[in-house]
Amino acid sequence: MTIPISYYLILSAIVFFTGVMGVLIRRNIIAILLSVELMLNATNINFVAFSHHLQDLGGQVFVFFALTVAAAEVAVGLAIIIALHRSRSTINVEEFNLLKW
Amino acid sequence: MSQLFFGYFAGMIAITAILVVVFRNPVYSALSLLVMFFHVAGLFITLHAEFLAAVQIIVYAGAILVLYLFVVMILNVTQDDHYHSQWRIAGVVCIPLFIEFMLLLSGGAGALNTGSPSLQSGPHEAITANNTLAIGKTLFSTYLFPFEVASLVLLVAMIGAIVIAKRDIGEHDA
Repeated sequence: MTIPISYYLILSAIVFFTGVMGVLIRRNIIAILLSVELMLNATNINFVAFSHHLQDLGGQVFVFFALTVAAAEVAVGLAIIIALHRSRSTINVEEFNLLKW
Repeated sequence: MSQLFFGYFAGMIAITAILVVVFRNPVYSALSLLVMFFHVAGLFITLHAEFLAAVQIIVYAGAILVLYLFVVMILNVTQDDHYHSQWRIAGVVCIPLFIEFMLLLSGGAGALNTGSPSLQSGPHEAITANNTLAIGKTLFSTYLFPFEVASLVLLVAMIGAIVIAKRDIGEHDA
């Protein structure tokens, strides 16, 4: 008894749109980065589901690379957060208007 | 039986994903994201991707989430995080996208479920019982060059993170 691929797509869409909502409505910059992780995981679920559906390992290898890029993104993003907190002593994104004109 | 497992994992993933956004304390958000990572790993096991399930737990739950929790505790974040004032715009963006996706899916669900037979025989090895062996063979033959590029990405990220987070670069030294 196998699960239809559309169920995985619906689950992935729910997680992805939750991530989009989180990026748009949260003001804590750490919560925004966590929401980006949600979106990355939604794409990973899609990749693995299609890899199983099409019996093709390319999807799983791609998830492996997505994990690599996610780790790099987290390291650089958290370093930027620490540097920002050191100069402005806040992590509320509405306080950061350095690049605004 | 597999539908039971899928229902449990999917329900827990959806609930904890929403909790990540709803919790105001970033520590609670990170911990519910941890629960979500474990359930995503369980979903990967039901899809016969055991290697990725292990990597998901080791890399995401073991490394990335610990990094998040360290930063939350270093910065000593207070709980007074209210929602952004642009939540109406967020709703306007997300709800039509979601409806559009559902319409697309209801239109194309029949075509997806049948699956064209030409797609069944991919150019790569079929997923065998030995998932890790198959992934290793694919990774080091077909995807060898992207694998090397990924190591370069990690090196650049490591050096960049150290340089960005270093205190007072060029002030005391120079």
